[in-house]
Amino acid sequence: MAAIQITNVEKRYQSLQALGGVSLTIEEGEFFGLLGPNGAGKTTLISIIAGLNRPDAGQVKIQGHDVVTDYRAARRNLGVVPQELVFDPFFTVRETLRMQSGYYGLKNNDKWIDEVMEHLDLTNKADTNMRALSGGMKRRVLVAQALVHKPPVIVLDEPTAGVDVELRQTLWKFIAGLNREGHTVVLTTHYLEEAQALCNRIAMLKSGKVVALDSTSALIKRISGSQLVLRLSQGALPDSLKDLLMHHDSKDEYVLRVNDYSEVEPILAALRTAGCAIDDMQLQQADLEDVFLQIMDGGNR
Amino acid sequence: MIGFQTLFYKEILRFWKVATQTITAPIMTALLYLLIFGHALDEHVQVYPGVKYTAFLIPGLVMMSVLQNAFANSSSSLIQSKITGNLVFVLLPPLSHWELFGAYVLASIVRGLAVGAGVFIVTAWLAKLSFVAPWWIVIFALLGAAMLGTMGLIAGIWAEKFDQLAAFQNFLIMPATFLSGVFYSIHSLPGVWQTISHFNPFFYMIDGFRYGFFGQSDVDPVLSLSVVAVFFVLLATLAVQMLKRGYKLRH
Repeated sequence: MAAIQITNVEKRYQSLQALGGVSLTIEEGEFFGLLGPNGAGKTTLISIIAGLNRPDAGQVKIQGHDVVTDYRAARRNLGVVPQELVFDPFFTVRETLRMQSGYYGLKNNDKWIDEVMEHLDLTNKADTNMRALSGGMKRRVLVAQALVHKPPVIVLDEPTAGVDVELRQTLWKFIAGLNREGHTVVLTTHYLEEAQALCNRIAMLKSGKVVALDSTSALIKRISGSQLVLRLSQGALPDSLKDLLMHHDSKDEYVLRVNDYSEVEPILAALRTAGCAIDDMQLQQADLEDVFLQIMDGGNR
Repeated sequence: MIGFQTLFYKEILRFWKVATQTITAPIMTALLYLLIFGHALDEHVQVYPGVKYTAFLIPGLVMMSVLQNAFANSSSSLIQSKITGNLVFVLLPPLSHWELFGAYVLASIVRGLAVGAGVFIVTAWLAKLSFVAPWWIVIFALLGAAMLGTMGLIAGIWAEKFDQLAAFQNFLIMPATFLSGVFYSIHSLPGVWQTISHFNPFFYMIDGFRYGFFGQSDVDPVLSLSVVAVFFVLLATLAVQMLKRGYKLRH
């Protein structure tokens, strides 16, 4: 059974087509990344998964439960960390977490609440009013709130936006631990290196459509191999190498595509023959950011 | 059931933590009305034979406070949660529309009755009151608070900003309560206004509530109870449907 099954979901806001037929299956135990530029429809999709928005067409199931017709079971299986930094100013951290447990039908949840607070370094803020917390601390409470009912499926909508390095590390350690214990994790982020390090599979959204869906490693392989960045102090790139050229941004800097290291030697030989002198040379691995940019540009780079 | 209990408890805690504003202040306002109007009119107006004006006014003010505060509780809780965005904490969990309805309305009833009881305690010693039919007092207070709590829920769901809620409160709830016979018997009004008053559901709530004290009223309390009950059922049906469909809550 899939953790999240999204079938042909469409959503329109007046004239804006926010989602145009999205289908995705996220299996149990995955660490799944949902990437895309602002306005691609990531948050709309998450809101539909969470039952905060209703789709115009299509269907979403969490652990086999439809989010509209069987919403109680679906929501019990789902924990969502919303993107907006929201809080209830009337309550302390502990009150907030106890209340959230109660909404999920849990009484006497203090043991788990204490554990979650411990993992997120919130223990010494337990009796502090939400208003008095810094932004980073409020973000931790939001994460804790999403986890009070130990949901098998956890969705985090840009949990690390505007968050310091320390919290990011604490957070990812904790979430990765939960993932190892079998929780399915879905993540949206603008930090692509984060997605690359954590996610085993990635979907990229653009204008409300899935434009790429593959394992992280397969996506990175799409940008075949590496890039050779050359700066010449003398001469210009010979015509024989023009086919390999990816960018030529500044006057004497060239970025060439190389599939593996054995291709470097012939390039150097061709440069020597053409009488070029090399000022600087670097071999760079392609990363998720290159893939992301290439896919979002529609491949016309 | 635990979900409902928790939301109910949270709603109680919400107004209790700011009790100066949500309980003490409205009691103070009602006391001022009584002191001023009672002083000015006590010697000049007698609505029912054998009942002093101040005594007549007290149940009216109690009920007015119950109604206004029941409305204020659910409506302001919802609009605040909507505007600050923390309504998601209630929308994400598996709470049903019945649980949401029950918790918000019941908390409104508690707030309305708490303020009503407070107004009663600080004003009762200023006049000689009778309690001819105490069950009528209880049932009208409960049903009135439930109806206004439900109206507050509807207004809170419908309104998108404080401005719209203020319009609802000032142009609908306030006139309807003030023109419902809190300060006078509608029999003292000119004919047209008497007729208009009979279309105001708030009139029946005040009139029935007052009947419980004096055994005298402008219309039969059974009629008043029927009108209030029918209105409550209609509004409750509307509110539950709005919650079920996610109107303005789940886009």
